[in-house]
Amino acid sequence: MGQITLQQVQKSFGDTEVIPPLDLTIEDGEFVVFVGPSGCGKSTLLRLIAGLEDVTAGTILIDGKDATNIPPAKRGLAMVFQSYALYPHMSVRKNIAFPMRMAKLDKAEQDRRIEQAAAALNLTDYLDRRPGQLSGGQRQRVAIGRAIVREPEAFLFDEPLSNLDAALRVGMRLEISELHNRLATTMIYVTHDQVEAMTMADKIVVLQSGIIEQVGSPLELYKTPRNRFVAGFIGSPKMNFVEGDEAVKHDAHAIGIRPEHIDVSPKGGTWSGTVGVAEHLGSDTFFHIHETGLAETLTVRAPGDVQFKHGDTIHLTPRADQIHRFDASGLRIS
Amino acid sequence: MATQQSRSAARLMMAPAVVLLLGWMLVPLIMTLYFSFKKYLPLRGDSLENGLQWVGFQNYIRFVSSSSFWPSVQTTLIIVGGVLVITVVLGVLLALLLDQPMWGQGVVRILVIAPFFVMPTVSGLVWKNMFMDPINGILAHTWRFFGAEPLQWLSQHSLESIVLIVSWQWLPFATLILLTAIQSLDSEQLEAAEMDGASSLKRFWFIILPHLSRAITIVILIQTIFLLSVFAEIFVTTAGAFGTKTLTYLIFQRVLESQNVGLGSAGGVYAIILANIVAIFLMRIVGKNLDA
Repeated sequence: MGQITLQQVQKSFGDTEVIPPLDLTIEDGEFVVFVGPSGCGKSTLLRLIAGLEDVTAGTILIDGKDATNIPPAKRGLAMVFQSYALYPHMSVRKNIAFPMRMAKLDKAEQDRRIEQAAAALNLTDYLDRRPGQLSGGQRQRVAIGRAIVREPEAFLFDEPLSNLDAALRVGMRLEISELHNRLATTMIYVTHDQVEAMTMADKIVVLQSGIIEQVGSPLELYKTPRNRFVAGFIGSPKMNFVEGDEAVKHDAHAIGIRPEHIDVSPKGGTWSGTVGVAEHLGSDTFFHIHETGLAETLTVRAPGDVQFKHGDTIHLTPRADQIHRFDASGLRIS
Repeated sequence: MATQQSRSAARLMMAPAVVLLLGWMLVPLIMTLYFSFKKYLPLRGDSLENGLQWVGFQNYIRFVSSSSFWPSVQTTLIIVGGVLVITVVLGVLLALLLDQPMWGQGVVRILVIAPFFVMPTVSGLVWKNMFMDPINGILAHTWRFFGAEPLQWLSQHSLESIVLIVSWQWLPFATLILLTAIQSLDSEQLEAAEMDGASSLKRFWFIILPHLSRAITIVILIQTIFLLSVFAEIFVTTAGAFGTKTLTYLIFQRVLESQNVGLGSAGGVYAIILANIVAIFLMRIVGKNLDA
């Protein structure tokens, strides 16, 4: 069980309101990702749920019970921190055992859970090492192990992968997703990386300045972003926005078109421009196009074998059914 | 900095400093060793010009067989040990307190450091005359206020008084080092421990104290070096009476009060040996904390 409900939760630091009153329900077993640019209040929100910060107003329910004033340890939540927060003077085994030792679990049960967690996380060979002797990914796994053994109602992850290198991040992403499938426990995951959000989440919560911009499944957010902020934040490379005459043609203040929804050709198309930087990824190539008369730069995604050189003229055709329209306040027109 | 040439140039340029420092250390050491094997009583007419009489290990034997020797070693160890315990325990507690956000933090921190800037002689006199005086001292007045008989601090509880004075002087040092160590603790570790169900007492025991172990080691090592040679506080308060004669003080008495340079020098050599024994023990006990 791990249903978490926030009712009119609000947080201020002194006079600064970081989270205006906010409602959110996280269902049992869901993988929810809070995503947003830095300073959007996503970490604060997580810390409110964890109990590391006091709410200024509002109620937090865990499994229907009011947990607003319950101390962090009693909420039945386990947290994995950005810095891993391992205890440097304890061995891996003692680190993982620490929450159980605090809960005064009997020794045999402690050992059983440690063995189980270590086996699941490939840590069996490292149990007697200190955190300082481990690599970043291994430390990350120890931190997760320390959370697992508590058998919590829900896991809270605070940007857990941001200190890892790119290759390791992809691997850990998969491991955490697999862990979620296996344990089927509620997980709340905070990140500023929309790729992590898209690949891992059942439900994404997009935040900006403490306000929830949209809640939905990754594909919902990708296909029907509620406003320009979500449209620009979800998807990589970012959506192109065009304002002015071209938008008026579509009866909107602004239109958005994703780089992957623009077809390119050397001659003949709706728009034309000059190729700037080309980023070759092998499978795909991203072209940055200037002098289109629409926006400063347009980004388009083309198959990897499409060849254009810097300075070439390129013709672009947006797919009509993939154009997103937004009104003057930035909201989606459907 | 790696070529043959730059390395020899570096050696050449460091040489004057190394030679000076070595001389600084070696000359007094060798002189002490030299005098310790000589009969040197300036008031009886012995002088370097006339040549000193070689007496072998006689000075060493006399120094140890004196009835004041073992008590003085004991006193030294009690003072060092007592001050270390008090400063480390109170230092940790004070550092925890000062780490809390509070109004006027900057001023309070400066006030806490203040005792360290008071010269030992001055602080000894201040404690003797203003605090511990059995008639007019603040402590005597406090005792009388509560209807108790004032303590004869420096005559009846002399060793405790000295430990108190020296602790007061060294507490700021310990507090300061421990405070910076506490401030370097990653707050996420404490939060993680909180989430893991550790009470504040357990967080202190399992997280903060192990984190401080290295700083405590440093405090102990540095303080020991200075505490072994405590002198001024004893000189101005009890002048070595009432069982407060440390090894340092005994040597002072042998050389300056008895005018026996040879005997005092032998004592000096013992002091060096004692300091090294203490240092080795300390390194054994706490030194492993210094390995990263």
